[in-house]
Amino acid sequence: MRPGSTAAACAAVLRRDLLLAWRRRGDAAFPVLYALIVATLFPFALGPEDALLARIAAGIVLVTVLLAMLLALDALFRPDLEDGSLELLLLAPQPLPLLLGMKILAHWITTALPLIVIAPLLATMLHLPAQAQAVLLAALLLGTPLLSLLGAVLVALTAGTYRSGMLLALMLLPLTVPVVIFAAGAVSAAEAGLPHLAPLLWLGAALALALVLAPLACAAALRIALDA
Amino acid sequence: MTTSPPTAALLEARGLAFARNDEPVFGPLDLALGRGETLLVEGDNGSGKTTLLRVLAGLLPAGAGEIRFDGAPLRREALAGRALFLGHQLGLKLDLSCIENLRHFVALYGQRDGLTPAAAIDQVGLAGYGDEPVRRLSAGQKKRAALARLLLAPAELWLLDEPFANLDRHGIALVNRLLAAHAARGGAALVTSHGAVSFVDPSARHLCLELRA
Repeated sequence: MRPGSTAAACAAVLRRDLLLAWRRRGDAAFPVLYALIVATLFPFALGPEDALLARIAAGIVLVTVLLAMLLALDALFRPDLEDGSLELLLLAPQPLPLLLGMKILAHWITTALPLIVIAPLLATMLHLPAQAQAVLLAALLLGTPLLSLLGAVLVALTAGTYRSGMLLALMLLPLTVPVVIFAAGAVSAAEAGLPHLAPLLWLGAALALALVLAPLACAAALRIALDA
Repeated sequence: MTTSPPTAALLEARGLAFARNDEPVFGPLDLALGRGETLLVEGDNGSGKTTLLRVLAGLLPAGAGEIRFDGAPLRREALAGRALFLGHQLGLKLDLSCIENLRHFVALYGQRDGLTPAAAIDQVGLAGYGDEPVRRLSAGQKKRAALARLLLAPAELWLLDEPFANLDRHGIALVNRLLAAHAARGGAALVTSHGAVSFVDPSARHLCLELRA
């Protein structure tokens, strides 16, 4: 008898979720299209004035990416809860927080990464100055995993409730305020030619904290959710 | 509630009861399950069979009473890897093939020596369907794909919730064969059934859950 090693189990969870996303790759396009459309609406609503758009470009891209991620967040644990895969995961002889961390990673790769890829396109469309774009990308690379981890805890907490989409949005959006403030702060500092490292480091510190704590909280919350 | 206490039970429960919102779901009941034994839990719909299994699997906290696994009070960590729970929801991903589903399972739970997911698929009567997406299988075939886990995982205690549901005559015979082989290896199994399916093993003990009105 050969028990599965933890590394193999983690790799298997990551591989399966990526494979599932690949089999349903049409679904992965929805958040990207959503972000594209929302960002396009702003010039229509505010008028195509370069200076105005450039001033608010970073904020628009950040909020748009945040909303697009929120759209896809509910699919993180719900399918597994409904088809019984989650029970198998919970009862497996493996550390649950690590397995859930792999699920969050797979979810970040399939939803947030495509959004980060199109972020420069959105930023350019809104006339964000070139020197600020690199900072925006760095802020997104630090901020989106943080949002995925925060969101995962809330998804786990609301997993037992029926139709939790709206509840999820109401709970998550207040928690994203610091992420938006630090990310937008870094970009506007870069635009003004000021030092922008400090807000990015704050994001990094929060991400390091969330990386450790969020999977543990997810595991505890999902065990409670399955009680229902 | 008729169970005789055998010596050195693998799974033992005393005064076990569960209530949801102050409404009793089952119990209090006593049960003891030794190695090499199969216990059939019978009861009508809503009598608490599934809840009992979920409590014993560690998915639900017991309301009252105590459960002992291998002589020690039941802890989730002790059960992990030694028990296998097969619920109503089969935990199969519809977009993946049978083999892909089982490979994932094996990576989590480990694999019995000398057996591969492909061989297990053949043994549960799904030869030729290994690479088919689970979405295209019938309800009975999906059940068989889930039953292949029983062959693969090196677990001592099986907690099977309605393993006979959706299966044809050959499928029911297959489950009985799997249970007999498991018992012969010294494994223990707790099987629920609503009683409509004849269970062939005459040596199996029965536990009846009564509907609480």
